[in-house]
Amino acid sequence: MATLGQIDVRPPKGVRPPIIGPGQTFGTVTDRIAGIVLTKHTPVFWILVVALCLAIFGMFNTAVGYLLFKGVGIWGINIPVGWGFAIVNFVWWIGIGHAGTLISAILLLFKQGWRTSINRFAEAMTIFAVMQAGLFPLLHTGRPWLAAYWLFPIPLTMGVWPQFRSPLIWDVFAVSTYFTVSFLFWGIGLIPDFANLRDSAKTLVVRRIYGMLAMGWRGSARHWNRYETAYMLLAGLATPLVLSVHSVVSLDFAVSVVPGWHTTFFPPYFVAGAIYSGFAMVLMLAIPFRYLYGMQDFITLRHLQNCGKLMLATGQIVAYSYAMEMFIGWYSNDRYELAMVNNRLHGPYSHYYYMLILCNILIPQSLWFNSIRSTPWRLFVVSVVVNTGMWLERFVIVVMSLQRDYIPTSWGMYWYTKWDMMIFVGTWGFFTLLFFIFIRVMPPISIFEMRSLLPQAKVKE
Amino acid sequence: MSNINDSNSNLISPGEVKPASLELETVRKRLSEAKGPKFWRTLEELADQPAFGELLEREFPRHATEWVDPVSRRNFLKLAGASMALAGLAGCTRQPLEQILPYVRQPEQLIPGKPIFYATAMPFHGHVLPLVVETHEFRPTKVEGNPQHTASLGATDLFAQASILDLYDPDRSNYVTHLGEGRPWGECALALQSEVAALKATQGTGLRFLTGAMSSPTFGWQMKAVQRAFPQSKWHRWDPVNRDNARAGSKLAFGAYYDAVYKLEAAAVVVSLDADFLSGSWFPGFVRCARDFMRGRKLDKDRTMNRLYVAESSPSTTGAKADHRLVLRPSEVDSVARALAAKVGVAAQGGRLNEDQQKWVDAVAADLMDHKGKCVVVPGEFQSPAVHALAHAMNAALGNVGQTVAYIDPVEVDPVEHGQSIRELVDDMNAGKVRTLVILGGNPVFNAPVDLGFENALGKVALRVQLSIYKNETTDLMHWHVPENHYLEGWSDGHAYDGTASVIQPMIMPLYEGRNVHEFLAIFTPDESGTPQTGVSSHDLVQTYWKTQHPTADFEAWWRRTVHDGFVADSAAPARQVSAKLASLPAPAVANPNAIEVAFRPDPTIYDGSFINNAWLQETPKPLSRNTWDNVAMVSPAMAAVWKLNQVSDDNDHQSDAQRILEVEFQGRKVEVPYWPQPGHPDNAITLFLGYGQRKAGRVGSGTGYDAYKVRPSEAQYIGSGATITVSKDKYWDLAITQGHFSMDAREPVRVATLEDFIQNKLDGENFADRVRGEAPNDRPGKPESLYPDFRDKGFYQNYAWGMSIDLNSCVGCQACAVACQAENNISVVGKEQVQRGREMQWIRIDAYYEGSPANPNVYFQPVPCMQCENAPCEPVCPVGATIHSTEGLNDMVYNRCVGTRYCSNNCPYKVRRFNFFLFADYETPSLKLGRNPDVTVRSRGVMEKCTYCIQRITQARIASEKEERQIRDGEIKTACQQVCPTEAIIFGDINNKDSAVSKRKNSPREYQLLAELNTRPRTTYLAAVRNPNPKLESGSEKAEKA
Amino acid sequence: MTAAPIYGLMAEFETPTELVHAAKGAYDAGYRKMDTYTPYPLEEAAEAIGAHHNRVSLIVLVGAMLGMIGGYALEYWVSVINYPINVGGKPFHSWPAFIPVTFECAVLGASLAAVFGMLALNGLPQPYHPVFNSPNFVRASRDRFFLCIESQDPRFSVSDTRKLLESFNPDEITEVPY
Repeated sequence: MATLGQIDVRPPKGVRPPIIGPGQTFGTVTDRIAGIVLTKHTPVFWILVVALCLAIFGMFNTAVGYLLFKGVGIWGINIPVGWGFAIVNFVWWIGIGHAGTLISAILLLFKQGWRTSINRFAEAMTIFAVMQAGLFPLLHTGRPWLAAYWLFPIPLTMGVWPQFRSPLIWDVFAVSTYFTVSFLFWGIGLIPDFANLRDSAKTLVVRRIYGMLAMGWRGSARHWNRYETAYMLLAGLATPLVLSVHSVVSLDFAVSVVPGWHTTFFPPYFVAGAIYSGFAMVLMLAIPFRYLYGMQDFITLRHLQNCGKLMLATGQIVAYSYAMEMFIGWYSNDRYELAMVNNRLHGPYSHYYYMLILCNILIPQSLWFNSIRSTPWRLFVVSVVVNTGMWLERFVIVVMSLQRDYIPTSWGMYWYTKWDMMIFVGTWGFFTLLFFIFIRVMPPISIFEMRSLLPQAKVKE
Repeated sequence: MSNINDSNSNLISPGEVKPASLELETVRKRLSEAKGPKFWRTLEELADQPAFGELLEREFPRHATEWVDPVSRRNFLKLAGASMALAGLAGCTRQPLEQILPYVRQPEQLIPGKPIFYATAMPFHGHVLPLVVETHEFRPTKVEGNPQHTASLGATDLFAQASILDLYDPDRSNYVTHLGEGRPWGECALALQSEVAALKATQGTGLRFLTGAMSSPTFGWQMKAVQRAFPQSKWHRWDPVNRDNARAGSKLAFGAYYDAVYKLEAAAVVVSLDADFLSGSWFPGFVRCARDFMRGRKLDKDRTMNRLYVAESSPSTTGAKADHRLVLRPSEVDSVARALAAKVGVAAQGGRLNEDQQKWVDAVAADLMDHKGKCVVVPGEFQSPAVHALAHAMNAALGNVGQTVAYIDPVEVDPVEHGQSIRELVDDMNAGKVRTLVILGGNPVFNAPVDLGFENALGKVALRVQLSIYKNETTDLMHWHVPENHYLEGWSDGHAYDGTASVIQPMIMPLYEGRNVHEFLAIFTPDESGTPQTGVSSHDLVQTYWKTQHPTADFEAWWRRTVHDGFVADSAAPARQVSAKLASLPAPAVANPNAIEVAFRPDPTIYDGSFINNAWLQETPKPLSRNTWDNVAMVSPAMAAVWKLNQVSDDNDHQSDAQRILEVEFQGRKVEVPYWPQPGHPDNAITLFLGYGQRKAGRVGSGTGYDAYKVRPSEAQYIGSGATITVSKDKYWDLAITQGHFSMDAREPVRVATLEDFIQNKLDGENFADRVRGEAPNDRPGKPESLYPDFRDKGFYQNYAWGMSIDLNSCVGCQACAVACQAENNISVVGKEQVQRGREMQWIRIDAYYEGSPANPNVYFQPVPCMQCENAPCEPVCPVGATIHSTEGLNDMVYNRCVGTRYCSNNCPYKVRRFNFFLFADYETPSLKLGRNPDVTVRSRGVMEKCTYCIQRITQARIASEKEERQIRDGEIKTACQQVCPTEAIIFGDINNKDSAVSKRKNSPREYQLLAELNTRPRTTYLAAVRNPNPKLESGSEKAEKA
Repeated sequence: MTAAPIYGLMAEFETPTELVHAAKGAYDAGYRKMDTYTPYPLEEAAEAIGAHHNRVSLIVLVGAMLGMIGGYALEYWVSVINYPINVGGKPFHSWPAFIPVTFECAVLGASLAAVFGMLALNGLPQPYHPVFNSPNFVRASRDRFFLCIESQDPRFSVSDTRKLLESFNPDEITEVPY
């Protein structure tokens, strides 16, 4: 039985580690996972992390308050660089969300059993990431108190409506739909586990709470049957959805005339990048989690390896996209596209571009090696690097393209301010806070699906 | 580079300048040999200096602290409030008591919401600029030129445009002080009366007056009365930017003072000897000169064009428009003038010239000889008297007198040479001969020649009285200070540059307890009974004077018409028949070629410092350097390279740039200045701009720029030799620059061709602008190439379709349109920090491009307002439909619908949109509202804004036309930028109407669209610039272009 | 003996295999009103009691259609009929620009239909249900497999049904009171 701080033993060459540790039964699976939630003893590290996050969250609120009080001028944005950190962070966070949906939906459709033990918190990660992302488009507007509802098709006295040709409106619909669907998907996944918590709760209060959340689930065959159908259909819906969301986000740029934005291959490029950073984030969460809660039997090296492989694959697509970006710029022989390429390579922000290449293309190549893929801490480091790189990618796209467009006299620089930074870091705090609260009160691993993974779960003829 | 500079050249002692200038040769050669991109990218590249290191350190520069730090915040709030005062507002909306007469066919009585226009004039630099002022409910809100007046023809300059803001400036002096303490006016009047009484006994011994140049006949008439009453009194004159050289030159040539009036419309060849007649109002008649000169470059009727040669020291917008610009050090202009004169048959011994100069002189001389009577030589206001005399002689020899130049009696009342005049005053003060000094306007303590020690001498004067619109450095040393009225607050008169007399009528009651200069002077003109007149009003004074001029019975009618029209009908001064003789031409001064020469110039936007507290002018970019809120010191790129100073580097599109500080020592006095490597600036010379660095400049002007007066001696008011320049090791000056990138980068925002090309292509019958500079890879798509529907079928653009055409050949980059737009559209001022952050708000910007060798580049100006694209990229990306298209083809901005995503600005390829990053507009100060245009929304925070083609003017015209059930007439609507433009570069109108001026313009073969390849179908289009080089002089670079 | 009416008889099994075998047996014995309760989805059990068909997919299809049509209709009405504006010279009915929103609306409609349709068909939320009265039923969500034959079934009789269930030798058989 796994315990806190247990060291992973790498299996001999050629043998793939199992997706669930040996010697587990229905009971042990249930108790181990439900135990995290039902235990009376809140772990010390949990209290420490949450305290830290609350502090950061406070700073975040201060910054946002000041922003609403003064205006977006406290940021580094200007003319020509009308979008800065806010949009960079928006794209970054929303991208991170994608891996969650991918794991829970697409891998489900592909019947990838190993997804089971990580899909629950991957979905939570999606929801929390989308929450962070959703903040920015609102905060970055000049008059958020109006944007908050003018962007939705609400009948107003003036009789004006949103302008549906604008990609920003597509964004509103895509992101809000994405959040809703992810939330539903996550929510119904939780129902049977709530029932389980209800039944194994030790105190009346806890039982009542989970009882309400479980909505009287009793595991009837008829219910399971409809439940499975709905779950599969949601997965089928979430799959095109997740692809559409980042495509739409990419259209925010592709629809414009700005050299460096105005390209047709942005949608696949962005989706690949999103999944890339998403898996990096899954690993950044899973590796400490399985270590701190001794979940090595449920989140095994197999899972880490598979995530590593997926990162490697998506990473290659991203690398190809970078190459194409440059190639098309050169191939177009358009003076503005050429200038854009030149600016990437030699412009005032070119060092950002080279760092991006390093983080997103060169370093991740190490994932070709099994030794990296199956050593959690190494994998963790690579994930951090990749997420840094993905943030840089968005910075390069947003800032470097705007900074020098058509009329040379209007070119300008962008310098971020401390308020930019406070709000960016603040969202990390907010995100981590939500995540830790989640693993304290909800089963971070889908219990009922874990059960069905056990050998004894099969019906023998 | 070699030895001397490896010592990092932080200290260049005078001795070392020589080797440095040897170094110059190599740099110069490198610069001239520089091949590569046709448009030179960066001075840096040419001088190959590595910039990457700098770039890294510039990435997050030390001064990129955000705007909210307390200091700058305070500063910003000040600016927001700058312009108006709380005091005395009750008076603002009261109608003046004297009867003033509305302008043509405007209603006599007030109709709320309907502006009334009055004719008046603005006194400036010894003459007046005739104006028509728009008033709303008797609050002046906007000034325009007087279209009936020959000195304006409807145009104005940026000083006139901005003067309206001075009227409402909260920092104006608003109460009488004695030794700095507030006192009632009565007390001051008593004190002065007793002084007058005392002076009466002594015939006014020791009574001195100090004013600037005055063109007001009433003032002259009063002054005579004063001198009758006090025979011993004296009237001294001092303007820091004065016409001493012109006066002395005139004396030299004619033996008397005459003003030259140039008629450039008749000139086929114009030669400027350092004359910046296209740059600003300190050149008398600038507005008219610019119009006349550019009339000769329209290429609308025929294909002929005048030719401009400029021999210039400090780069000016005039040099920028030259077909051939000869870069000279200030002292060399004299020898070039002599050589030229010798060639055109004036007896003058030529100075020694180098090869280039000789070549230039020969060609110019030949051209002049070919155009006898149809050419003109214009001497620079800042050049030596000899140059003026030579120019007069040349014009005489070439038979231009009467054709392209006329000489009239000076429009200035009792002209004197100011340098001399103030010297006498200071000598007398030191000799204790001055008992009472009355300073009417001006700020001599700040701007008198530094070597005279005016300030110390002042201490020896018993009674010192000042009448001034601001409490300034001089005020500190005064016994009595009396606030002076703004010119729109009181009656006066004056002469335009051509002698036409104007009556200045007030637009508003005095905001503060001020006195008009005439009313104040009246104290010193005892009436018949001998008692000083303290209560007399300027209206009565001015009218009384004019009665003496028109003793006829119909005076009332005459007065009404004069005041109504704004000027005395055909009162232009008669031309004098004068003959220039050059008997006593002083010998040419031999200047040491290696000595560093200093040139003092008025600042392009705040003039001699009198506009330093004007936020509009402070934030208006200087035409050539594009910096705001400071004055720079111009040096040549080659010198900067020698000193290892970073250049204007494209690696950092700096809105905000830390420039190393130079310490300039001249005649033992020092000043620290931020250097600016100005392409086309002569080597071994430095240009300092006057007016900045004032110690008591109010909330806007304080702490801006450096004080060039600190090193400006009386003997070298404009040109001096023998300065030493030390590059400070680590001191930096943060400039605020609105344009960081001066090369076109292989793009074609500005299209240019020589006259030859133009003619040939025009004969080919194709639109030549699309193929100037040969191939145009991205070209304008044809009509069928658009996937979009033609909205004309949908009822759009049927009745009116507004459009604009901007003639790049005519634009002289004077910035008047930018200020006019700011005044018309209530555009906020944002302050230096915000400009450094790239958040300036002016709706129309005048881009400056440099092409060719940095040593002597071609310069092009391009005004860029909103293009009002038919397929506007900004519109589809707005999520709330806050920017949409009107049925007349305007790209409307709906402020109260805008949520501020800024996507429209990102997607605007012309970057003409401006965003309210903070609450830039001041909603608190009630007085601020006084000066605002009530027809234009004041934008709030978080809202995008941009040029609207002055939609409020369009709407007014539409209402008027619909009331009369007619179409809007062509020319009925003038946008603010069009109305102010001295050169008629901007034309606006209905492009549906084939006969409209704008349609005709758009049919020109020079017409082209900016970024046509994007298929935005802009309504604002440009006419390509055409140069008219002399084949004999065509430089290598121009030849290369042709090839 | 007379007893209070009961909901049904509940048999508890150790393994899914036993449960499925029992369910099949009961089904073959002609029982219809019965249900199995398992800690994880067990398709075999659903098949055994003949409950492997449902109408969720149909509901989702309807939801998708409504979302799609609604989305596009809104865009068309707003941009062409209610408040047409000339935006950058693009046609009022710029259908390509309307596709993304239409798609998102379709997905949203379908997803909502899936979740709430499923819950509705399952009659959830349902605060009370008799099966929870069976003492050991808490383990139904943990590690035990239950088969419950309901008293509503015409063939139901406490004694016979109990006999039948015993024939599948479950760990325990309990009467489930209402």
